Amino acid sequence: MIKAINIHKSFDGTEVLKGITFDFRKSKTNLIIGRSGAGKTVLLKTLVGLITPDEGEVWYDDIDFYKLSLKETRKLRKKVGMLFQGNALFDSMTIEENVRFPLDMFTDMSFEEKQEQVNNCLDRVELEGVNDKYPAEISGGMQKRVGIARAIVMNPEYLFCDEPNSGLDPKTALIIDELIQSITKENNMTTIINTHDMNSVMEIGENILLLDNGEVAWTGSREEIMHTDNKYIENFIFASPFLKKLKNQALGSYK
Amino acid sequence: MILRQFYHLGRYSLWLLKVFSKPEKTRMYYNEVLRQIEEIGFGSLKIVFIISVFIGAVTAIQLSYQFGGTLIPSYYIGYTLREMIIVDLAPTITSLVLAGKIGSSIAAEIGGMRQKEIIDAMEIMGLNTPAFLVLPKIVGAVFSVPLLIILAAGLSIFSGFVTATALAGFTPADFVKGLTSFYDSYTVWVMIIKAFVFSFIIVTVSAYHGYFVKRGSIELGKAGTDAIVYSSILILVADYVIAQVMMG
Repeated sequence: MIKAINIHKSFDGTEVLKGITFDFRKSKTNLIIGRSGAGKTVLLKTLVGLITPDEGEVWYDDIDFYKLSLKETRKLRKKVGMLFQGNALFDSMTIEENVRFPLDMFTDMSFEEKQEQVNNCLDRVELEGVNDKYPAEISGGMQKRVGIARAIVMNPEYLFCDEPNSGLDPKTALIIDELIQSITKENNMTTIINTHDMNSVMEIGENILLLDNGEVAWTGSREEIMHTDNKYIENFIFASPFLKKLKNQALGSYK
Repeated sequence: MILRQFYHLGRYSLWLLKVFSKPEKTRMYYNEVLRQIEEIGFGSLKIVFIISVFIGAVTAIQLSYQFGGTLIPSYYIGYTLREMIIVDLAPTITSLVLAGKIGSSIAAEIGGMRQKEIIDAMEIMGLNTPAFLVLPKIVGAVFSVPLLIILAAGLSIFSGFVTATALAGFTPADFVKGLTSFYDSYTVWVMIIKAFVFSFIIVTVSAYHGYFVKRGSIELGKAGTDAIVYSSILILVADYVIAQVMMG
């Protein structure tokens, strides 16, 4: 589990996070949602230490993250995998080399063992026959899968995904969502996804934190979203008339 | 303005401490060093060849102009050209040109990695990114640039010899006599020390500007420009300091 306690962060006098407290649960797909500029990415990067908060604590189970030394932080980060919005793949490396990179850097595995692990991860994200291709030679959806394969190659305990569906068509986005959710269950990971894709919210949102203007606006699960009277949820999640209609139909079928 | 320079100096110093911390996997660094030697060393051969030819030729023509109609013995052209090239022109001009070629490339490469979140991805993996990205470049440059500068010195002197004898009316015997007169190996050491210092400046200053680049293509362009400008200024400052310390 990862706990954020009273996180504050300002940039040039503008307070972006205003005391965020939330528990991200183990073996669940935890979602951070909100409008653009709500502070989602800042919160996600604060949780992994890419942005240092002005105030507050982040706990990885029983470890106070911001009390760790640089060496201890690097040790903990070997238990962390992250999928970036732009995938952050190394252009000069093949797909296989990209996925193998963390193993090359941090393990003493033999080449054959590393190769087996890489192939397992690529199989897991349903990528075949791309080992020797370069990131520029494959599609955006495939690059996302490579990003996921690299994020899970070290068998992390914590997985962070920054806008995993950005730039993908709805079908591919759904496949990526299902992939992240099933990997979370299989590996018993704490997964935190930052998204504003409402399909993701309704498909995989087991534990949701809704941010508005740097504050916690609402917390709950996808099931609770359907039944909440919260006006902010109403305006944010079911923003279009089409989605409002769908919601009413769904609620009708519950009755 | 001055406070900002102190801020950069402090951040650069702290960042250098990380650059020189213990590597995670020496073998991965070794491979990267070889790649850098190929890129910096072999990749710069053509430009070093071109500038060396002109450094020697221009120096020979200007010296022949200065010596014309004076009582200075004609063989002094070889001696003066050798000293000018070894002590200053080869290390300084070559380094200034390399600051443009290598410096902008390093700033763009590392800056691009920062903007595409690749550096963040490496940090998340637990990697010491300043060391992994910059140390192999420093080692590669400190190995390659002095060799390039020695090559530049040799080519410039040869080019000066050809120009002085073929175009400026000096005899080969006079030139060679000057070239071999009053030789002191100390000046070669000055050149080599300059080469080491200048290569370190080129790589670290350029990498620093790339590493801390902000978002946007304009910022990336600015990082490339700053890398060249600050490397060049620091090369000239270091040139003065080395001259003062070793020859003053």
